[in-house]
Amino acid sequence: MTMRTPLRRVLGLGSAKTGTEEFWLQRMTAIAAIPLTLAGLVLVISLTGRSYPAVRQILASPLVAVLMILFVLATTVHMKIGVQIVIEDYVYEKTQKFTLLMLNVFFAWAIGLACVFAILKISFGV
Amino acid sequence: MAEMQAPVQRPLSPHLQIYRLSLSMLMSGLHRITGLALCAGMVVLAWWLLAAAAGQNAYGTFEAFETSWIGRLILFGFSWSLLHHLLGGLRYLIWDLGYGMEPAEREWLVRANIIGSILLTVLLWVILWVSGMR
Repeated sequence: MTMRTPLRRVLGLGSAKTGTEEFWLQRMTAIAAIPLTLAGLVLVISLTGRSYPAVRQILASPLVAVLMILFVLATTVHMKIGVQIVIEDYVYEKTQKFTLLMLNVFFAWAIGLACVFAILKISFGV
Repeated sequence: MAEMQAPVQRPLSPHLQIYRLSLSMLMSGLHRITGLALCAGMVVLAWWLLAAAAGQNAYGTFEAFETSWIGRLILFGFSWSLLHHLLGGLRYLIWDLGYGMEPAEREWLVRANIIGSILLTVLLWVILWVSGMR
């Protein structure tokens, strides 16, 4: 146990100089996701009613694949930060909080990696 | 020797018991709820892409889900969540830049958000239906 008072601990320390990275990253990924989502919607509309080989062929085209990968990257990063904020705001119990925060990171990586891997596999046509 | 004091029992977020309910408050909650729903939607997106990568059979399984009534319901909810969250995000970007903070403007923005997301979702599904959705 420390003998120092909380006031003593913070006096003179100033701001931490960091802490806005996630705030900024959340807005940056949001802005990136706007045109990418619109592109994704156009893609889904253009794939509607098509057969499996046609869907694969369209998904395999470089422009579509790159836009889809960018969409997945922007949204999974945005998703990870967003869910983290929700957990931090509403879950107070420490064990629950850290378990959920960890699962959130696992989930974002799993989804992001699965989507990117699938797009690349389709693109390289194996 | 300073004794550890019992932590003061302060009210914790979401503070629903403190503020008078307002539309912009509900829409803030809805932005978070649609965001969480989009997480579940990402599972469907991953399934679709993995199925397309895996082959004809796996894609057939996904198509069976997608054309079932429960699949359609989930995809409809996913598309509305996506469009609602996208419009809500634009609203927050406008507010982040310092515009639209007056009471009348705030109300207008939250109303445009919910009405716009419903209209765009209906429009999207009409377009999907016209382009030969099975």
